[in-house]
Amino acid sequence: MNNTAATCSLVIEREMSHSPEKVWRALTQGPLIAEWLMSNDFQPIVGHRFQFRAAPVPGWNGIIDSEVLLVEPHTRLSYGWTSMGLETVVTWTLTPTANGTLLRMEQSGFPSETGANYKGAKYGWTTFIGKLENVVGGLQ
Amino acid sequence: MTDHVFKALSDPTRRAIFEHLTRDGEQTVHALTHRAGVSQPAVSKHLTVLKRARLVRHRHEGRETHYSAQPQSLAPLVDWMTQYGAFWRERFDRLESLLERMDK
Repeated sequence: MNNTAATCSLVIEREMSHSPEKVWRALTQGPLIAEWLMSNDFQPIVGHRFQFRAAPVPGWNGIIDSEVLLVEPHTRLSYGWTSMGLETVVTWTLTPTANGTLLRMEQSGFPSETGANYKGAKYGWTTFIGKLENVVGGLQ
Repeated sequence: MTDHVFKALSDPTRRAIFEHLTRDGEQTVHALTHRAGVSQPAVSKHLTVLKRARLVRHRHEGRETHYSAQPQSLAPLVDWMTQYGAFWRERFDRLESLLERMDK
């Protein structure tokens, strides 16, 4: 089996007219996170396991299991994002700009519809998803 | 359903079986056992899990059971990015409005 760990990522960037320090607080203080993302027991400590919880909806239990992977104050924050068996990683990057902060969110580890692997190293997925590309692509 | 699909495909032997069926078409349990390198009861158990996720279906012919892949059941997988795309954009909006309300 080929375990090359190519993954497919979702990236969203937006410039915020606020300092990196302020954006960092919103990303790392539990009560503030709850205001914009989900209720949580987050702590900015590498290795801390926690959950995000939202109201369950049909097809989703509303629970995200997570573990803090990286904390670089005012610069970078990364945590696991596992829900319903789909293991992804969310990484926030803060870059100071003239007007505030460029905030970048990357969620990586998605099964790819263009041929890359799905979290190859961890799950041992092979490129088979890629080989099914035509079949699955035909359904959309 | 998506949950079942992920669970079914979280096992390397099941992935190999599913990939094999997808590439080479319909197979008997016999042939799959030969390829998988595990016992026939183990293969049957894996096939049951794949069946529950609707990733395979079966038909009987004589004494043999033939399995074929149903890759359209993978469709939920490819929707994740679209769903999360909408999710995060909405969360970015909420974050931005929270930042407006926060003190310096």
